[in-house]
Amino acid sequence: MIKLFKVKEKQRENAENAKKQTAAELRLHKDISELNLPKSCSITFPNGKDDLMNFEVLIRPDEGYYVGGKFLFSFQVSPHYPHEAPKVKCKTKIYHPNIDLEGNVCLNILREDWKPVLNINTIIYGLYHLFTEPNYEDPLNHDAAAVLRDNPVLFGTNVKRAMSGGFVGHTSFSRCT
Amino acid sequence: MADSATSRSRDLDKLLLRPGNLVGPSFEPGPELRDDLRDYARVLVVGAGGLGCELLKDLALSGFKNLDVIDMDRIEVTNLNRQFLFRLEDVGKPKAEVAAKRVMERVNGVNIVPHFCRIEDKELDFYNDFNIIVLGLDSIEARSYINAVACSFLEYNVDDTPREETIKPMVDGGTEGFKGHARVILPGITPCFECTIWLFPPQVKFPLCTLAETPRTAAHCIEYAHLIKWDEVHSGKAFDPDDPEHMQWVYKEAVKRAELFGIPGVTYSLTQGVVKNIIPAIASTNAIISAACALETLKIASGCSKTLSNYLTYNGVEGLHIKATEFVRNKDCLVCGPGVLIELDTAVTLRKFIDMLEEHPRLLLSKASVTHRGKNLYMQAPPVLEEMTRSNLSLPLFDLMGKVSRDVVHVAGLSSMDNKKASSMRKLRVAFKGVPDGVTDMDMAGGA
Ligand SMILES: [Zn+2]
Repeated sequence: MIKLFKVKEKQRENAENAKKQTAAELRLHKDISELNLPKSCSITFPNGKDDLMNFEVLIRPDEGYYVGGKFLFSFQVSPHYPHEAPKVKCKTKIYHPNIDLEGNVCLNILREDWKPVLNINTIIYGLYHLFTEPNYEDPLNHDAAAVLRDNPVLFGTNVKRAMSGGFVGHTSFSRCT
Repeated sequence: MADSATSRSRDLDKLLLRPGNLVGPSFEPGPELRDDLRDYARVLVVGAGGLGCELLKDLALSGFKNLDVIDMDRIEVTNLNRQFLFRLEDVGKPKAEVAAKRVMERVNGVNIVPHFCRIEDKELDFYNDFNIIVLGLDSIEARSYINAVACSFLEYNVDDTPREETIKPMVDGGTEGFKGHARVILPGITPCFECTIWLFPPQVKFPLCTLAETPRTAAHCIEYAHLIKWDEVHSGKAFDPDDPEHMQWVYKEAVKRAELFGIPGVTYSLTQGVVKNIIPAIASTNAIISAACALETLKIASGCSKTLSNYLTYNGVEGLHIKATEFVRNKDCLVCGPGVLIELDTAVTLRKFIDMLEEHPRLLLSKASVTHRGKNLYMQAPPVLEEMTRSNLSLPLFDLMGKVSRDVVHVAGLSSMDNKKASSMRKLRVAFKGVPDGVTDMDMAGGA
C-alpha cells in the first residue's frame, strides 16, 4: 500500500470534529428507542438526549411490600455493552434483602446470567420484580433477608418504617414515599 | 555506520529486493522500497506494555522510521520482568516516553513520538494521519474503540466496494499467558473487530450475594473488597484500578476477608489480575505474537508478500500450535459494513426521511429512530426523549446533519424484510443531491 501512502490524503470536510459512534452506543440507541416500560417505571437522562450511556430509572411499585415508595436507580452502560451488563446502583437507601445499604443490587442478569441478547428493558423489568418479589435466598442485606424468611409480617412493618424515614435496628433511612 | 545500516537491512532486503510468486498485487521490488518505507510509512503503536515494547523494537528493526506510540500507563515494578525496555529507575515514569527513548537509543535513525494519554483523548484527525495502526492492547474496550475510529474513515463507492484510499489497516496482537493471536484487519475487506466480537468469551462474574455471604475462593474475597467493601468505606469515591493506593487497599481488605473465612491464596498480583481481569503475561508469547504482527505490518506496507488471511492463533500451553483461520465479514456490520445508500434532496425533512425508510425495498423499516455521529435526531421512545427530539421532524435532514454532502446515519426500527417483523438497526449512507463534494471524485454525491 506504500503507493497509497505517498498520495497525501486529502482532508475530508465532514471528518473535522466528527464523533465516531461505537458499537455499544449504536446497540444502546436501539435498546432505548424500543423501551416499553410499565406505568410504574420512568426513565430520565440527566446529561440530555445525546448521552444514553448514563441514565436513571425511577420505580414506584404498585403492589407488594414497597407500594407507595419511590426508588431511583442509576445506570452506567459500559463501552463494551452488550457484551458486559450495565452497572446499576440503587440511589435511594432501602431496606431490602437483595439490595444493600450502599445500593448494590443482587440481580442475576446484572452479573452471572447477563447475555448480550438481553437488553435495558429486561433489566428494568428485573428490578421491578425485586420489589414485587423480594427473596431471602440471595441476600445482600443479611438482616433484612433473615426477617423476611422468619417473620414476613415484621418485614412488612420494617419496610414501611424505612420508607417513612425511620430507623430499622440502628440504621436510619430517608423518607421515599 | 553505513556498514551497520547495510548489515541491518540484509535480511529485510531478501524480502524487498526480489520478486516472488506470493507477493502482494502491487509489489515492485527494489531498493527504493526500502527508502519509501522509511519516508512514507507512518505507523502508530497502541499500547506500550509487554506487547507494545516488543512491537516498537520489531518495527524499528524492520525498516520503519516514523513510529508513534500511545499509552496512558506509568511503569510499575511488576512490569520489569517482561517489558524489557524499562529499568528499575524508570518506575513511575510514563511507559510511552521511556519506550520511545530506549528504542531510539538502540536503533539508529528511527524516530518515535510518544503520546502519554488515553486513546480517547486524541481527535479523529490524529488517527487519520497514520497509514497503519498496530494494536498491543489487553482490553476489549480499547480494541473496540480503535476499531470504530479506524472504520469511521472508511468510505464506499456507489457499488458498495470500499474506496481503497480510505482503508485504514490495523494489525491486532493479543496475548493471555501461553496463548496469543495476531490478526490483520483491512476495514471493508477483512472482518473488523465487531464482525467477530463473539471470539471474545464473556468475562466470568460472580453473583454479588455469593461475594457477600458465601465466599469460597481467593477471587471471591478480592471481588468482595473491590465491589462491596470499597463503597461501604469510601462513600461516593470511585475506585480507580490504575491507582496503586486503591489497589493496595483492596488487597489488604481481601486478605482480611480471606483470613475470616480461612481461604488461602490472596496475593497482590492476583488482586490486580482479578480486578483488572488480567491473565499473567509471558515474555516469550509477547515476542512471538509481536514478531507476527510486525511482519504483517511490513507486508501491508510493502506488498512483499500477501498478508495473513486473516487471524492467526498461537497456543504454547502444550507443545506449539499455530493456526490461521479465515474469518468472514459480517456484511451487515454496523461498524465496517457499507450500509444502504440513500440519495436525498436537501429539502427532505426528517419526518419525510423516516417515512421513506418504510417504503425502501432494502429496508422496509417502520417506526425508525435516527442517530447521526452521536446525536440522536429522533427517538420513538421513551416519551421523554421523543418529546425532546420531536421538533427535529419538521427540519431538513441536510441541516440536521450539519450540511455535509454525505455521511453515515444509523436507524433503529421494526423491519418487515422477508415477511418477518423484527426489530433491527441499520447503517445508511446518506448522500445529498447537487451538493458539491469538496473531497475527491464525485462518485457518491453527484453520481448514479
Ligand atoms: Zn465489522
